[in-house]
Amino acid sequence: MDYPVLPALQINFSQPDVVTANGAWLVHALAQREVIARLDSALAGLRERGSIAWNLRAISALDHIGAQWLWQAWGRKRPPQLLLLPEHEAFFARLEQAGEQHLPPITTTRRLSIVALGQRAQEFSGHLLGFVGLIGQVVLDLGRFARDPLRGPWREISATIFHTGYQALGITALVGVLIGVVLSYLSAQQLHTFGGDIYLVNILGMSIIRELGPLLAAILVAGRSGSSIAAQLGVMRVNEELDAMQVMGLPHGFRLILPKVLALAVSMPLLVIWTDAMALFGGMLAAKIELGLSPAYFIHKLPQAVPLANYLIGLAKGVVFGSLIALVACHFGFRIKANTESLGAGTTSAVVTAITIVILADAVFAIVFNGVGF
Amino acid sequence: MNAPVVQIEGLCTRFGNVVVHEDIYLQVAQGEILSLVGGSGSGKTTLLRQMLGLEKPAAGSVKLFGENIHQLDAAQLQRLRNREGMLFQHGALFSALTTFDNVAQPLRELHALPEALIRDAVLQKLQMVGLTPADAIKMPSDLSGGMVKRVALARALALEPELLFLDEPTAGLDPALSDSFVELISGLHDALRLTVVMVTHDLDTLLALSSRIAVLADRHVIACGTAVEVMAVDHPFIQQFFLGPRGRRALQVLDTHGK
Repeated sequence: MDYPVLPALQINFSQPDVVTANGAWLVHALAQREVIARLDSALAGLRERGSIAWNLRAISALDHIGAQWLWQAWGRKRPPQLLLLPEHEAFFARLEQAGEQHLPPITTTRRLSIVALGQRAQEFSGHLLGFVGLIGQVVLDLGRFARDPLRGPWREISATIFHTGYQALGITALVGVLIGVVLSYLSAQQLHTFGGDIYLVNILGMSIIRELGPLLAAILVAGRSGSSIAAQLGVMRVNEELDAMQVMGLPHGFRLILPKVLALAVSMPLLVIWTDAMALFGGMLAAKIELGLSPAYFIHKLPQAVPLANYLIGLAKGVVFGSLIALVACHFGFRIKANTESLGAGTTSAVVTAITIVILADAVFAIVFNGVGF
Repeated sequence: MNAPVVQIEGLCTRFGNVVVHEDIYLQVAQGEILSLVGGSGSGKTTLLRQMLGLEKPAAGSVKLFGENIHQLDAAQLQRLRNREGMLFQHGALFSALTTFDNVAQPLRELHALPEALIRDAVLQKLQMVGLTPADAIKMPSDLSGGMVKRVALARALALEPELLFLDEPTAGLDPALSDSFVELISGLHDALRLTVVMVTHDLDTLLALSSRIAVLADRHVIACGTAVEVMAVDHPFIQQFFLGPRGRRALQVLDTHGK
């Protein structure tokens, strides 16, 4: 579809000046390259000259955008001398009737003003309060669950364990093995220079079981399940499913939050064990290749090198990290508003905050259990 | 007489094993308002999506303005799409943009019009559908259902389309709002010489607007013509739809208005 005749203006300098418009004044013709610029430059010299007569009789087609352009060129009022085809009259009548319209000003606060700072502080304390409230809600729901366990959300719990636990086995195994190999190679080289090859088991065992296993699993789960929980709740908000649940008397806390927190509290420690095992396997493999340390020796030495308390700390971390990830994801998921931008922002915040909080909790663990398990 | 704006020939639609349309023929002439009616799940919206190129036919062809939409290159398809507007059933406004930006989006996408022109054109479009500049800075989530439909219509009309698709334009509106919407569309149809293809369940809208009605049932177009012609066809769906209690009521109202 081509427009053979693009809109154009012809100017006859006489008394008064006559501007003749011709061509197709349609939006797609005006949007062609350079058309608007040519029209503007044709008019540029005319503006300061007094009265202009307009002749629009040669226009082959007109639409609202074309009419609007002319209207603006006329200074938003009908020129005193105007010739136009009767079928085009309606466009200008409509414009004249509409009058000038203004967008109401949009008030925005500057990012670095005191007000903006106050808003940020308020927002942060809102998040903090909301999160504490959420934990309280989960504890209450837990009480309800304990009183009547048969009527608990078992189906939701088991589905979430499947999605967050079983389906994460592959990725945690892959990352675990690779980190184990990397750590083993790195430590082996250092230890070799001191002749302390046999301490590789201690270093790998302690670091993986106490720190890296739980942290790796938690970061992966925060990325996988944290985002999916937040996005799921967000879409439920957009679809009004959350409202529907409320109306049917299905409490959000008991049916959505509690199952997710419980499921992650169960599946995370299991994933921690799995990631530990995979990372140690990778480390053992690399130790055999790099230092010639036999797997039999590795496995034999492991229980002596790593006291049982470290396993328990690792498992406890798993439970805490899992619950925190679920709580953070739910917190941000429920704050998502019914628009796409908020959905994206909410999911991002959920993942970023979940990972940050997990690392924060890890630091707390390090301080509290300082001196335990050595 | 110009070539038909929409021409569907031998169209079949299949989703897996489910056959939605079988051998459908349909033409829409320039300036017509064609309504598609049919029971729930009879494939009205799917047929509309076929015309928009959102579904791919299993067989047959869809031609808009004489061009087969599945044989065009990207640039040609873009030009074709600039000539059509679509009002989705639930508005499908971009929820991250304000009302104003929603309507301005198609105009800005041309990358040629000055912002002042876009501003005035958008405000005019909003005014045409009965919205004020104060509504223009609201977000879609702050609008009522009827306003969302109006904004969506303004957006569909932004590029001055020659062909307008409407999916359930009056569903979910109260009777007064629905009447004013019908008036709006018929006014725009007269003013802009639009060709309209509309899916609707609402008998009042159907009878007030359509110049022709196509009835979809049993995977085929079982009747296509004016309301009187369609009603004369002997098919259980048509009898039920037009001559059931609701249909008779609507026709009665139309009759008394006519006299």
